[in-house]
Amino acid sequence: MKSLSTRRRHPLAAFVVLALGLAFAGTLFAAFVSPAASADTGESAAQQLANGKALYISSCSSCHGKNAEGTGLGPSLVGVGAASVDFQVSTGRMPAKQLGAQVEAKQNIFSTQQIQDMAAYVQSLGGGPQIPAAGQYAYDANAVALGGQLFRENCSQCHNFAGEGGALTDGKFAPKLTQTNPQQIYEAMLTGPQNMPVFSDKVIPPAEKQAIISYLLNSRNEPNYGGAGLGRLGPVSEGLFIWTVGLIALLLCAVWIAAHTTKASAQKAAQAAAAGKAGK
Amino acid sequence: MTADENGHPNLTELGYDERSPVAVDEHGHGHEVELPEDPFADPGLEPHRPRATDIDEKVAQKAERQVAALFALSALATIGFMVAYTEVPRTAVVNFFPIGAVSASNFALGMLLGIALFSLGAGAVYWARTLMTDVELTQERHLLESGSEAKAQAVAEFEKGVADSGIKRRPLIRRTLLGALAVLPLPALWVLRDLGPLPGDSLRHTAWKAGELIINDNTVSIDGSTGQGVKPEDITIGTLVQGRPKAALTAGDQYNDLMAKSAILLVRLDPADIKSQQQRDWGYQGIVAFSKICTHVGCPVALYEQQTHHMLCPCHQSTFDLSDGGKVIFGPAARSLPQLPITVDADGYLVAKSDFDQPVGPSFWERG
Repeated sequence: MKSLSTRRRHPLAAFVVLALGLAFAGTLFAAFVSPAASADTGESAAQQLANGKALYISSCSSCHGKNAEGTGLGPSLVGVGAASVDFQVSTGRMPAKQLGAQVEAKQNIFSTQQIQDMAAYVQSLGGGPQIPAAGQYAYDANAVALGGQLFRENCSQCHNFAGEGGALTDGKFAPKLTQTNPQQIYEAMLTGPQNMPVFSDKVIPPAEKQAIISYLLNSRNEPNYGGAGLGRLGPVSEGLFIWTVGLIALLLCAVWIAAHTTKASAQKAAQAAAAGKAGK
Repeated sequence: MTADENGHPNLTELGYDERSPVAVDEHGHGHEVELPEDPFADPGLEPHRPRATDIDEKVAQKAERQVAALFALSALATIGFMVAYTEVPRTAVVNFFPIGAVSASNFALGMLLGIALFSLGAGAVYWARTLMTDVELTQERHLLESGSEAKAQAVAEFEKGVADSGIKRRPLIRRTLLGALAVLPLPALWVLRDLGPLPGDSLRHTAWKAGELIINDNTVSIDGSTGQGVKPEDITIGTLVQGRPKAALTAGDQYNDLMAKSAILLVRLDPADIKSQQQRDWGYQGIVAFSKICTHVGCPVALYEQQTHHMLCPCHQSTFDLSDGGKVIFGPAARSLPQLPITVDADGYLVAKSDFDQPVGPSFWERG
């Protein structure tokens, strides 16, 4: 077997060396600049604020003002906090498409990193509620009962006892909570988006917020013990169902019964009558 | 009419004649159709047509078996209901498209009871249509009034009875009898006194009084005996706090009576948004307290829109403007939500300044 050095003048040796060198450099680069690292520390705080501000200027400032001071189209964002930005942008409500009774949730167009940058920028303007840590809205099976009690006291009047949402005035409505992710529920309680009241940590302490979220997560997996839930809207949908589907089924039964005669054909009846006469 | 050995009516006697689909008999069945002189004359009955089960015993026996099968199915389902009640575990869940997860016990009980009732009814309907007689019957109508002779006789008998009893001659008996009958219904009214005692002025007062601490409902323990007050700095603009008086923590049996009148809502408004000076004075730095009891029929109002300051009642959509003294701006409520004057105590907690200045909740007769 020839040694490696004897092949160093081989016509392909230069390409092999080049390939090895590129692979080594690429690996080294990836190790130092992995995406995970950039989310935490790869981007300096100043860089994050700068990115956030750039995104803010391009996506938000036309309504909220170049310094977040608010305009006739949108409120000031000074002091609303990072939690508010994360809720509004991650649910797709902001940037709003158009003004109306209520800005509705839609497809979110920003990456998590971009939302964090904008949140950090708005947080830097005047403080406010921070984005909650994952542990604060984790499911806690032991808190479901307490959460249910708190949900009925504070939330169910607008969002319905099963979180199915409900109507408010002038086209506004309380949205369904059946798909909202726990972090967004937490942020909504903390910041009171649009017409929802604020439930600050002094009014509903963090542990109770976690209990409410646990109740909502639990109720999503609850079977409908009585059969079809019919949207879990209560007696209105149930009454509508029985008065339309139930009554129509009964009417169809009645029509079907009457549509089928039990009478004998004239021919058979005549034969039977003849036989009866003959029998006499 | 006569019937054959199977109990079926004699067809020829009922007007059926094989030679012609329409026949004439002495009951007026099925007169031959000619252009009548009187177009509104009684057309009579159509000729009776027998059913397959009337003329063919085999068909009748088949129908009999079908009815019996339905009744037997009903009995089986009823027994199945009892078995399912004890045997199907309450916590078991079954999945049915498109309903999704359903309690197995509820599903089994509902289906079996449904089958039991439905097959009972279906059997009865089928029995009536195939086997019970379907011969048309004529019922004559008569005047309801009796003849004058019978009436006169009844009057005479009544008058004779009155004379025989001597009730006209013996006024003492007559009067005491009438008196006894007159007081007889009184006990039915007398027991109504136990609906009382009368409310007195309790509808005009609540548990709120000067210095009464406002407890945040969300801090009250499960047994309702402890809870914490709320400080102005805890309530940011847009915050909704539902509160109760400190007295509710120790109310015991009186808890429901107390809370039915004393439940309140606290919100913080921008003081510039508050329309009247009195409302500003009764609040504390923009924090205002309103009764939670709707002035329409007493539902708990708590649907709060923080941007419009509208408070909605979930029952009949009465809408109150909290920035304008709780004024009704929509719905059936007739009066504003009463405002509770509040201030802070020495420890910095929000307390009531006094009771409500007017009765809370729905109107009542003597409210004035």
